[in-house]
Amino acid sequence: MEGKSAKGWLYLLPAILFLGVFLVYPLIDVFIYSFEEGYNSASQTFFGTGIYNYSYILHDPYFLQAVKNTFILVIATVPLSTLIALGISYCLSSIKPLRELYQTVFFLPYVTNTLAVGLVFMILFQKNAYTDGLVNLVLGLFGISPIDFIDGPYWAKMFVLCFYTIWVVLPFKILILTSALASVNEEYYNAAKIDGTRPFRIFRKITLPMISPMLFYLIITGFIGAFKAYSDAVALFGTNLNAAEMNTIVGYVYDMLYGDSGGYPSYASAAAIVLFAIVLTITCINLLISKKHVHYVG
Amino acid sequence: MNRDMIKSERSAKTGKVLRNVLSYFILTFWAIIVLFPFYWMVLTSVKNYASYNSEYIPKFFTLAPTLENYASAFTAVPLARYFINTVIFTVLTTALMLVVIIPAAFAFSRLSFKGRDAVFTLFLSMMMIPYELVVITNYTTVTDLGLRNTFTGLILPSVTSVFYIYLLKENFSQIPDELYYAAKVDGTRDLKYLFKVMIPICRPTIVTVTILKVIECWNSYVWPRLVTDDPNYFLVSNGIQEIRENGFGRENIPAMMAAVVVISAPLIVLFLVFRRKIMEGVARGGTKG
Repeated sequence: MEGKSAKGWLYLLPAILFLGVFLVYPLIDVFIYSFEEGYNSASQTFFGTGIYNYSYILHDPYFLQAVKNTFILVIATVPLSTLIALGISYCLSSIKPLRELYQTVFFLPYVTNTLAVGLVFMILFQKNAYTDGLVNLVLGLFGISPIDFIDGPYWAKMFVLCFYTIWVVLPFKILILTSALASVNEEYYNAAKIDGTRPFRIFRKITLPMISPMLFYLIITGFIGAFKAYSDAVALFGTNLNAAEMNTIVGYVYDMLYGDSGGYPSYASAAAIVLFAIVLTITCINLLISKKHVHYVG
Repeated sequence: MNRDMIKSERSAKTGKVLRNVLSYFILTFWAIIVLFPFYWMVLTSVKNYASYNSEYIPKFFTLAPTLENYASAFTAVPLARYFINTVIFTVLTTALMLVVIIPAAFAFSRLSFKGRDAVFTLFLSMMMIPYELVVITNYTTVTDLGLRNTFTGLILPSVTSVFYIYLLKENFSQIPDELYYAAKVDGTRDLKYLFKVMIPICRPTIVTVTILKVIECWNSYVWPRLVTDDPNYFLVSNGIQEIRENGFGRENIPAMMAAVVVISAPLIVLFLVFRRKIMEGVARGGTKG
């Protein structure tokens, strides 16, 4: 028995080592960092402990800008992307020919490099000395004068960021909702058809309750994902997000750590913990709401 | 009575046709939005530099496609270097991950020992730890160990994934116990049983996990950006950012797009080959990615 136990642990050893060093220890350490004031990464010394790091970031205009951007991004993209995904999945489930082709096409953004394809969005939306860009050309057809979406006004930049974010997150949502819709028992629909129920009513009274667990799963993970937005913004506006006024909370954390503005792991830790607290709060609210509205088949 | 029924049936049918047309219209519209950036990137990458810059109104096709942008993507900037680095990083990380997670999944599913279930619960709870919290200490750890701008520093923190251990453990557990005891009677050792029986049976899941990890590695940006500032160790994501900011000069967009095509192509090919597996794997519990 003794040998058997040792063998079990031996098989687990590599995983435990890796997780311990790169996941558990850092998790504890980040809280310690966030309370160490005046930490110097070169000499590894600090002056004292307290909440100064938190108060510093909460008074930093860049952090407040990042919080504002992140909240706008979350509020705009989570409901919108979920609704669009629901619409597209519903259309997908109501057709037969070509369904697989459409599914394949819709999933494509999932496997692309966000940084690389972001550059394509940049040139589509950009207005420079040589050209107004394709998007402005299309807008011109509707009599709208050209806007620089990449270097221009705040709302225009925010619009592109939201648009690109939705483009990037939709594949996952469509995939999940399509399989959720496919798993609704055919008999419910048949029963409703015999009763002569109208399609919209069927959707509201049968489909929606049946897929509500998956829908809420998507909303919860959508919130978490959107709060951690970062690389989409880099792809569109470059690495100096503060200058572009397009930084996100995660971007602020990384900027504090590294780069021209870096070298402050304590501030980074405090910002990361504030982000985590926000995400945790929102997730708890979501779970409370979902308890009321989600229909679980027992 | 009879006529009414026929009538309502007919209107139901027209309603269905109408809904179908609308469905196809919406789906095609979104398909165009998804595909257009890909079309535009390939199109721009084969346009001549001079002619691209002279097009105030961009053309939707080109009559004189050229491959010179691809040539300059490989000569003017170290795209090949970034590409090779990414391949090395992806292969080593994925291989190491398999070496770590397969024994762990085996221990959780087949070996019984004291504390196993407690450790498994602990592992599961680790899935909830957000990456953004741990990356800060990992960055200082790797810096303190002097592992910045090395493959070791790039790879080590990206090796384990609790989720994949979980996925594999579930699959291993489905293999009936009888098989294990029969092999034991024959005197087969655990390691041999793992390699000769369990891994072949669970190959589909192992392949899925491998592909998902490859996608993750190929697209990883945040960690490589933190621990490398020497372009000799850049992966493609940082490479493309470097190309954008200091590469061809901001105006040479066709060459930039050629680099984007080169970077995107491997994963798109992988996706088209393993389409079903990838979508299934992601649906089973991948996250946003």
